[in-house]
Amino acid sequence: MSDQPRAAGHFVAPIKDAVVAVDAVKVSSAKPRSLWSEAWHDLRKRPTFWLALLILFVVLLMAVWPTLFTQTPPNDECFLANSNAGPTEGHPLGFTFQGCDIWARIVWGARTSLVVGLLATIIGSTLGLIMGALAGFYGGWLDGLLSRVGDIFFAIPYILAAVVVMTVFSQYRTPLTLAFAIGGFAWASTARVVRAEVLRVRQSDFVTASRALGLTRFQTLITHVVPNSIGPLIVISTLSLAAAIVAEATLSFLGVGLGSNVMSWGNDISQAQSSLRVAPQALIYPSIALTVTVLAFIILGELIRDALDPRARANR
Amino acid sequence: MFSYILKRLLQVIPVFFGATLLIYFMVFAMPGDPIAALFGDKPPSPQLLAELRSQYHLDEPFIVQYFYYIVGIFQGNMGVTYSGQSVNDVLARTLPVTARLAIMAIAIEFTLAIIIGTISALRKGKLFDNTALVITLIFVAVPIFVLAFVAQYFLAIQLGWFKPTVGAQNDWNDLWLPALVLGVSLYATSMRLMRGSVIDTLNQDWVRTAYSKGLSRNRVVPVHALRNSLIPVITNSATNFGVLLVGATVTEAIFNVPGVGNTLFRATQAHEGPTVVSFVTVFVIIYVMVNLFVDLLYGLLDPRIRYV
Repeated sequence: MSDQPRAAGHFVAPIKDAVVAVDAVKVSSAKPRSLWSEAWHDLRKRPTFWLALLILFVVLLMAVWPTLFTQTPPNDECFLANSNAGPTEGHPLGFTFQGCDIWARIVWGARTSLVVGLLATIIGSTLGLIMGALAGFYGGWLDGLLSRVGDIFFAIPYILAAVVVMTVFSQYRTPLTLAFAIGGFAWASTARVVRAEVLRVRQSDFVTASRALGLTRFQTLITHVVPNSIGPLIVISTLSLAAAIVAEATLSFLGVGLGSNVMSWGNDISQAQSSLRVAPQALIYPSIALTVTVLAFIILGELIRDALDPRARANR
Repeated sequence: MFSYILKRLLQVIPVFFGATLLIYFMVFAMPGDPIAALFGDKPPSPQLLAELRSQYHLDEPFIVQYFYYIVGIFQGNMGVTYSGQSVNDVLARTLPVTARLAIMAIAIEFTLAIIIGTISALRKGKLFDNTALVITLIFVAVPIFVLAFVAQYFLAIQLGWFKPTVGAQNDWNDLWLPALVLGVSLYATSMRLMRGSVIDTLNQDWVRTAYSKGLSRNRVVPVHALRNSLIPVITNSATNFGVLLVGATVTEAIFNVPGVGNTLFRATQAHEGPTVVSFVTVFVIIYVMVNLFVDLLYGLLDPRIRYV
């Protein structure tokens, strides 16, 4: 190609390249693939994807069926005689300063983390999808209004807001309240992502076509625009799930999360704080559980993002 | 440019009122009577109670209280905490500590991100790059309080390199450990931005031109490539600075730094409405201003971006 004269900013493909391109079309026309099947094809070849899924499967299993992993019942009495004891039969990670089984607490705490994380993400993503889709699709004054509302929520750091909300509802410290406190302030960034994607999809020919076929604007939004804007939402939801799990642990750590009698990784870490000098293992193990779970969600989110982005795929 | 700044400043107004109203409403809804809480076990006389209530406008409806509060802010009076200190004084005492911490954390983040990001980009796909990316991913995943405890346990308690907690009397040197924790926790995003940016820049025409003029790699990389790769890292760090000024609650609590985050958290726990609202108001203003500054910085750093 280097011997071809090249006009600045304008390049005309030589004829022999065009012929090659026709051949290529013939070959690839055998099986056209959608964006999603292309992404799946890319994802399933990557070992880290399967590793992340495996970790999440184990955590999910712990949440659904804890007795599969430990024989110690939930909120088992902690015996001070066991204080700081090393690993024994049936208690592989040893005991905390208060004599509680560390492994059992990690297993039972998985449910709290996942339930709060999932609920918060569902709330945040649903709000973000509705606000972002309406703002991006209808534009005009509605966009202005919803975007300003988003700005307000965006301007309040969401851990701070959650601290205030949880203090207000200090009598109702349920996973649902906590999820609302986290998801109710985290939606603004999701809404921005969805809005940008809907703005892009709105320009597509199939949107014009569906209008020409007689669908109302709202029907077009629901049946065509939203399903085609879902990719970035899935990516940001996976990453928000990781952030929500961290937020739950952080709020429990600050003492405004779930009550201290609830088994959660945040509570475990918070309670281990006071005996950090003498019993660091009680802090290290729940921290590892938390970090590995969060890491798995982040890896999953980033892999899906790369797989959905043909440009990133080509660059790799 | 001027009209852009004006437009952005006008957009701040609804955000300011919306955010303060929202926080004020939530704090207003907090359970517990703050005046009764002042007295502890010994119940005060109803007369005194009523007097204090009207002094703090607690007997007025919600929107009137909010109005008094906003008027106060515009007169430069942020209100009084229930322990009698003016919120202005509390802010004047705590904000410099937090600002110092934020500056140190950003300096650490920025230095780490630029050095490691650049080396990674120059050795894309090699051992150093892959190791750095894996470590970065772990730092993204480790929650800040875990990182803080691990640092406190190993660096302060075990190795004795730093003091485990900061305390009321502190200067720049006392803040190294919390600054390190904050800086490392933030560095991941910046390092990835830097790496991607340097890779992009090295593929640009002007870099090829520089090489074809016969310049050496030692000249092209620092002078031509790095300077032009810094834009996303600088803007990201500036945004982080805004986040740090308002969001270092957890780190400040663990290391007992007497900054705004720590004070705000204690105020929330003590149901000190005016303090919470005042702090959050100041935070919102700082946050919005920093974001405006970041947007303007883009235009300053990248001549291709101009606001009209």
